[in-house]
Amino acid sequence: MFVELNNLLNTTPDRAEQGKLTLLCDAKTDGSFLVHHFLSFYLKANCKVCFVALIQSFSHYSIVGQKLGVSLTMARERGQLVFLEGLKSAVDVVFQAQKEPQPLQFLREANAGNLKPLFEFVREALKPVDSGEARWTYPVLLVDDLSVLLSLGMGAVAVLDFIHYCRATVCWELKGNMVVLVHDSGDAEDEENDILLNGLSHQSHLILRAEGLATGFCRDVHGQLRILWRRPSQSTAQRDQSFTYQYKIQDKSVSFFAKGMSPAVL
Amino acid sequence: MAAVATCDSVAGSTGSAVATASKRNVTSFQKRGPRASGTNDSGPRLVSIAGTRPSVRNGQLLVSTGLPALDQLLGGGLAVGTVLLIEEDKYNIYSPLLFKYFLAEGIVNGHTLLVASAKEDPANILQELPAPLLDDKCKKEFDEDVYNHKTPESNIKMKIAWRYQLLPKMEQIGPVSSSRFGHYYDASKRMPQELIEASNWHGFFLPEKISSTLKVEPCSLTPGYTKLLQFIQNIIYEEGFDGSNPQKKQRNILRIGIQNLGSPLWGDDICCAENGGNSHSLTKFLYVLRGLLRTSLSACIITMPTHLIQNKAIIARVTNLSDIVVGLESFIGSERETNPLYKDYHGLIHIRQIPRLNNLICDESDVKDLAFKLKRKLFTIEGWRKSLWSFPNLKI
Repeated sequence: MFVELNNLLNTTPDRAEQGKLTLLCDAKTDGSFLVHHFLSFYLKANCKVCFVALIQSFSHYSIVGQKLGVSLTMARERGQLVFLEGLKSAVDVVFQAQKEPQPLQFLREANAGNLKPLFEFVREALKPVDSGEARWTYPVLLVDDLSVLLSLGMGAVAVLDFIHYCRATVCWELKGNMVVLVHDSGDAEDEENDILLNGLSHQSHLILRAEGLATGFCRDVHGQLRILWRRPSQSTAQRDQSFTYQYKIQDKSVSFFAKGMSPAVL
Repeated sequence: MAAVATCDSVAGSTGSAVATASKRNVTSFQKRGPRASGTNDSGPRLVSIAGTRPSVRNGQLLVSTGLPALDQLLGGGLAVGTVLLIEEDKYNIYSPLLFKYFLAEGIVNGHTLLVASAKEDPANILQELPAPLLDDKCKKEFDEDVYNHKTPESNIKMKIAWRYQLLPKMEQIGPVSSSRFGHYYDASKRMPQELIEASNWHGFFLPEKISSTLKVEPCSLTPGYTKLLQFIQNIIYEEGFDGSNPQKKQRNILRIGIQNLGSPLWGDDICCAENGGNSHSLTKFLYVLRGLLRTSLSACIITMPTHLIQNKAIIARVTNLSDIVVGLESFIGSERETNPLYKDYHGLIHIRQIPRLNNLICDESDVKDLAFKLKRKLFTIEGWRKSLWSFPNLKI
């Protein structure tokens, strides 16, 4: 996890809020550093994490996790991390007929189905074990990334339904957290993606939006991060807080600074 | 936790390629050398394979794209297990060149090739590959051999010596990294027939395959894509690129080349209609292809006529599903052809996306305005803005 980002979000692994949905969004840049941050954050907070990784392989996250101080293989061995590797699972589903329903079963179907098997997988992974002692603090669901589900033939409504079911189970019933990543297609006019993004923006408590700089590529400032706190359930008596910072990604950390205050410029 | 069990260790399905692959974990996304923290991925240490080298940044195994200039722009080369997507130029003149350079590099390094096309017979594509350029060191040795032998036999001896110059140095017992990474090719000459015949290649020509009755699994992809995926998966499994046959000969890389993916010849209508019935076929294909690549020692080049795709959203999705995306924009037929700024060049190259594999950052090149030109022999890429400063009569 990035200590500077924790300071900006005013959290630490010990006293993070529960029952929240965090939306990560990237436009014209790569927002995957945020996924790595939250993965290591929740593993350090001793939470039970279910990671639906649809876009990269396990070793990718594992190697970056080691740079950030967590070992994904050890977490998986002791049961703290349940990892669904989307790429590997898709190859299994497409090339062999499995007897039991797989999480990515919809790849075999001709018309758009629903994500019920995936939800069953998540629910099974995060359900509290009745062993008497509480090993983990609270469950966390991490999805990287939801836009891939649209590319694989799911409709935006099916994905929103899936998130709704997960939120009801993970955030409300189990008092856990959810973090999902959605790409913002910008001017590519991807209607389904816009529906998904807008729908999720209204439901989430915290939105982190990584944007590329409007002026183009810069070596010292990799992008801009917008942080937006929302209170979706309460009335809008108080305005949502929003902050903007610029960032530069380094080998093992990310440094944040106010707009225009990059160390390279000063 | 049944679903988890199937994902983690594919138990119960015997003889499946993916099962053994997951047990062996031969992905190239492993840090080279022993890891400090205990891992259960005790896969074999990667033996040096001809034509590959580890990345400087993270030890990722890289292969050359066939153009050393492009390798440099991509941070050293194309990572094994990834997809290089080339957005074709408007009249499809320069993208086949990049495609052929990639395949030619495979032949020179002794890699196995898999060429898939819906338009041209793969055997014809291989006949048109560019010839590798002899470098000066090889030329000197070649001349020496000529002088050392008598004339009647010298013709035969010259041929043998010449062949040995070009074959990759795999027979040597020394470290394989001494062989060159990235070769230069002469676009005006053809690859020698002996090299092509000595190489191991598989062709997928869609009109031939679509008529045969391969066992088709129910899937919502267009039949052409389904057959291609099965073909690729067959080759990967049978030739052991996913580590499923450990007693086979030394490891090698599979270079996959798919031409004009997404064009109507593949049975896909995204280039014809805005909201066709098969709009998810291409993206599903790319996703499953990437899944196959990540669990095997292979690298893939795909050329795609993105300028024909009607729905811009699909281009964005395809970009997100590929690892490296390079766009070619040729000046032919555009106003830039006569623009004096661009007079030395044939087109622009846009590096649209570079992946961040096993890392938070990637090696982006600082030069963003890149142009290419195809001289008589060589295909070169340069930053073009420097030409602004070379006006001879500029008086300040």
